Amino acid sequence: MTASRRRAAVPAPLRPTWRGPLGLYQPGRSWLHRASAGAELVGLAVASLVVVAVRGGTPGLVVALVALVGAAACHVAARLSWHRTRRGLLPTAVVAVLLGAYQTWARGWPTGVETATDLVALVLLANVVTATSRADDLLDAFQRAARPLRHVGLAPETVALACSLMLRSVPVLLDAAGQSRDAARARGLDRSPRALVVPAAVRMVGHARATGEALAARGLGEG
Amino acid sequence: MIELRDALVTAWTPDPAGGPDTVTRLLGPVSLTLTERRVAIVGANGSGKSTLARLLNGLVVPSAGSVTVDGLDTRTDGPAVRRHVGFVFTDPDAQIVMPTPLEDVALSLRRAVRDPAERVARAREALARVGLAERAELPVHALSGGQRQLLALTSVLATEPAVLVCDEPTTLLDLRWRTVVDDLLAGLPQRVVVVTHDLDAALRADRVLVVDDGQVVHDGEPLEAVRAYRHLMTRLVPGARR
Repeated sequence: MTASRRRAAVPAPLRPTWRGPLGLYQPGRSWLHRASAGAELVGLAVASLVVVAVRGGTPGLVVALVALVGAAACHVAARLSWHRTRRGLLPTAVVAVLLGAYQTWARGWPTGVETATDLVALVLLANVVTATSRADDLLDAFQRAARPLRHVGLAPETVALACSLMLRSVPVLLDAAGQSRDAARARGLDRSPRALVVPAAVRMVGHARATGEALAARGLGEG
Repeated sequence: MIELRDALVTAWTPDPAGGPDTVTRLLGPVSLTLTERRVAIVGANGSGKSTLARLLNGLVVPSAGSVTVDGLDTRTDGPAVRRHVGFVFTDPDAQIVMPTPLEDVALSLRRAVRDPAERVARAREALARVGLAERAELPVHALSGGQRQLLALTSVLATEPAVLVCDEPTTLLDLRWRTVVDDLLAGLPQRVVVVTHDLDAALRADRVLVVDDGQVVHDGEPLEAVRAYRHLMTRLVPGARR
């Protein structure tokens, strides 16, 4: 049987299959995978500061474009899946376009392009960091960074766990919104924002409670 | 040894008429001493069996009385009790907190294993033991319900608890995965307390507790306890065959 016949026999799904949230760890052996999570986080922080600090006019536009090219180059160097990134970046791209359009209308096209490019570049760069660092390594890096907080009575392990769970909560939030949307559709309430927002919020609060219990049940985050 | 002495669990209940909240008894007072390797807890939905299970791990603290596990009091030694007693929830999604199986098991090992490379190696070994080695780095959502429950169990067992409490661990699973999870639980060296609706699983325990309306109404040999439970259920269903 030829490939085209096989394709005809098994119809493709109408919607693309969800391949996991943006930023999910993707195993690999690139230099970015070998780099320490702490170094990658510092790099991301520095890049973010530069992008935010250099604003307006030609310098702002140049820095934004350099950041975008740099983020794309890191993505290529890490050999991450473009398919997964493209799908995950779609919501960010929509926000970037809306934000860019507003800034263009309010302050001119250079600012509009710069704002949209900054946003996409930083999200792409953050994706490279989380996709090339295991959650466990990120947790270690957060824990090291949070050590000074011990002097003000905060346990670094707890702060690190909270940061790590915050990263984990983004896809869970999207999942809760998706479940609520499907439930609203099933009841013919596709266009009701209330039918989407209220159950999603309730699901998230329920998830937060369940996560707290799950951590307590494993004896984690209790000092 | 797990010991409950007049353990009573209460909760505040809102008054539908808008008056002040009232105190409702959820469980107890219960006095028990559990020394058997396998204990099953059966009971109707809402009877208080999950509350009883949560008492053993310190997730629920008694309003009166006391619960001790191997000498540790759940009220005063909460974190130590939870490190000593592992807890498996009905819904694995409520328990898995990291995006991939490997990371979730590694999270459990953080306290015991300081070296990150060794932690990852031990997490891989733990996943390999339950047949999840090839799925170690897949997103958790890509696992089936049975695989997720196995992962939840593996993450808890990685902390090497002396006692394992499972709250309906097979309720959401099909027959194949139920068998896999039951076999895994049966082979564990730890003491295991299982809340279950599966009477076949209850029959394999050394001791069965029947919970109804917040009280342990029967406590004894599996065969006799399951018979008492069946009788109780037929009494609760109007028009059921006796």
